Amino acid sequence: MEPLAVQYDILRWIVLSPLLGAVVISLLGRTLPRKLTGTIASAAVGVSFFIGLAAFIKLKGLAGHGHGEQAAFLSDTLYRWLAVGGLSVDVAFAFDRLSAVMVLVVAGVSALIHIYSMGYMAHDKSYWRYFAYLNLFVFFMLVLVLADNAVVMFVGWEGVGLCSYLLIGFWFEDPEKAYAGKKAFIVNRIGDFGFLLGIILIFWTLGTVNFNEIAGQAPAVLVAGGSLATLICLLLFLGATGKSAQIPLYVWLPDAMAGPTPVSALIHAATMVTAGVYMIVRLNVLYLLAPAAMCVVAVVGAATAIYAASIGLVQNDIKKVLAYSTVSQLGYMFLAVGVGAFSAGIFHLMTHAFFKALLFLGSGSVIHAMSGKQDIREMGGLKKKMPVTYWTFLFATLAIAGIPPFAGFFSKDEILWKAFSSPQGHWGLWLIGFAAAGMTAFYMFRLVFLTFHGQCRADEKTKSHLHESPYLMTVPLMVLGVLSVIGGFVGIPEILGGGNGFHHWLAPLLGNENGAVQVSAGVQHWPHAVEYTMIALSVAVAVAGIFGAWVFYIKQPEKPKQLAERWPLLHQLVYNKYYIDEIYNVFIVQPIKLTSTFLLWKIFDAGVIDGVVNLTGSSVRGLGRVAARLQNGYAQAYAVTFLIGVLLLIGSFVW
Amino acid sequence: MIALQSLLTLSAVLFVIGVCGFITRRNVLIMFMSVELMLNAANLAMLAFARHNASMDPQVVAMFVMALAAAEVAVGLAIIVAVFRRRGTVNIDDLRNLKW
Repeated sequence: MEPLAVQYDILRWIVLSPLLGAVVISLLGRTLPRKLTGTIASAAVGVSFFIGLAAFIKLKGLAGHGHGEQAAFLSDTLYRWLAVGGLSVDVAFAFDRLSAVMVLVVAGVSALIHIYSMGYMAHDKSYWRYFAYLNLFVFFMLVLVLADNAVVMFVGWEGVGLCSYLLIGFWFEDPEKAYAGKKAFIVNRIGDFGFLLGIILIFWTLGTVNFNEIAGQAPAVLVAGGSLATLICLLLFLGATGKSAQIPLYVWLPDAMAGPTPVSALIHAATMVTAGVYMIVRLNVLYLLAPAAMCVVAVVGAATAIYAASIGLVQNDIKKVLAYSTVSQLGYMFLAVGVGAFSAGIFHLMTHAFFKALLFLGSGSVIHAMSGKQDIREMGGLKKKMPVTYWTFLFATLAIAGIPPFAGFFSKDEILWKAFSSPQGHWGLWLIGFAAAGMTAFYMFRLVFLTFHGQCRADEKTKSHLHESPYLMTVPLMVLGVLSVIGGFVGIPEILGGGNGFHHWLAPLLGNENGAVQVSAGVQHWPHAVEYTMIALSVAVAVAGIFGAWVFYIKQPEKPKQLAERWPLLHQLVYNKYYIDEIYNVFIVQPIKLTSTFLLWKIFDAGVIDGVVNLTGSSVRGLGRVAARLQNGYAQAYAVTFLIGVLLLIGSFVW
Repeated sequence: MIALQSLLTLSAVLFVIGVCGFITRRNVLIMFMSVELMLNAANLAMLAFARHNASMDPQVVAMFVMALAAAEVAVGLAIIVAVFRRRGTVNIDDLRNLKW
């Protein structure tokens, strides 16, 4: 049955409001007072959030018992953008259960971060430029999540990449930061190319780019497990690895921390980097038709989760730790969607948005207090000086570590359980996720202990500056803190007495739940005891990680150094991020540079392209030089030429 | 009655003399005279045909040519005189200033 579509005209304002904000601020920002600029920006996003809330309530009211009503969506078509041959693309927005979650998370977290930014960026000289970019980002992100077809989604996809580039390189006077922006953009472009090819292939096989039509037609047109479905999904996944920082394209995200900290919180933790997960869930029907591709997604996700977590263990920059943690958590989300637990992936996306945004904002608050220092070895003992930051940061850390009843526990546990129990799951995937969970708890508490506990290791000047951040910054922290605590309650699993409401909310849109795609392997029913054991195990590993961090960084602070000295090679390897940047540099960047310099520039461009142009010029000039000899100024020579011509003419007549 | 062939032969000879003179002589005045010779050779051919065909048309053309030649001589000689006054020479090989 076709999903019910309901026209809802104010949907467009969710998207247009931040765009309007961006336009107003970029045109007038120079002249407006700072407070007003920040207020306009925050209000624009706030409007989006409240319209999203209204749409959510309306959508909830539509829910009946039939599938069509459950998968219903609100739609708003602005205009027909393209109509070429069989391809017609409308600029249209669809607000279904999945985009409802995304809009509320994106707009809600964005609004909080906008407010926080008003405090954090208060002294920056490019204040208005910052807010213009930030609003533009929210616009593109909302286009991405509300798009009702793949082409409009691609517009948002590229747009957020652009804004990410602009904001990473926000302080472009520093060449290193400008370089980080370029790196992010180029790495993203590689992924985007795959995404674009995937969209083209979808259009080529299904003849449509509309998500509802794709979901409706794919099971009939594509052979399940066929190479075409697999190819489409792998290409799309390449796009996802770029945007969502998975192996092998994750390298840009740690460097993206060069941007202002609220930007890291918004773009590189809560919203943009989750676009890949969202896209896969949006096209879940296609993925269900390509089990091999799902297996790739799950394996890459699991590998990224543990790999990034291991790097996070030894980083000393507060933001770098969080960056690798983000990469690792995104790996979890891909692990979830890879084993067919789409709702668990989105659930973790949501809780992660809360607690990771909070962690970044908290770290921003710390950096603010530390006069811009980011090295955790110079911090310590900040607990007393910044109580609000400390407590909210602690809540978020407990959430990410997976301690019940904080938000992260429910979502992470759901993912681990599905990795183990679902038909596409495997105990090996579970084991990797399990180990990564222990590491996560360890490195996050290492961060907390080094930053907030023990003796303050900062120099006197910084120490005298230490202060709690202003209300503009602490209030968003508190709101996110509350969300990090209660955010998981929407998805309490049935076994723990909850209704797993989040899963049921999304189920009508998921091909393996609503029966659109038959998953071949039978669903195994596990005894409750197994599930209880799993939950106990994941809590245990988190507690073990926390305890480990406590031993290493509070009780015996000399221990980490000893360990590092005992295995210097291993420590060097992990500390230097497995030398991946260097390997990429040698094997990919340098060859491309050399090819560009010598083959493309020196030979092809300078030789062939310029050669052709110069040849045209010089041959015309040579011809002119020859022809110029005829015009020598001797009138009688002209007369002879004339005579010869006449004779030839007469000759031709006589002949 | 002089045959048409004889008249045309004479015309051709005069014309060729004119051409040769125009090409070989360096003195602008002589070249000018050669041009006149060619014009008159053409006139002669015209008149020969006029008589042969008993038609007035070629005679009209000949009249035109004569009027034209008169005008041309007036202008041409004036130019040659002016050039001579200015440059002190009427050698065609020395008059190449308009070359690019």
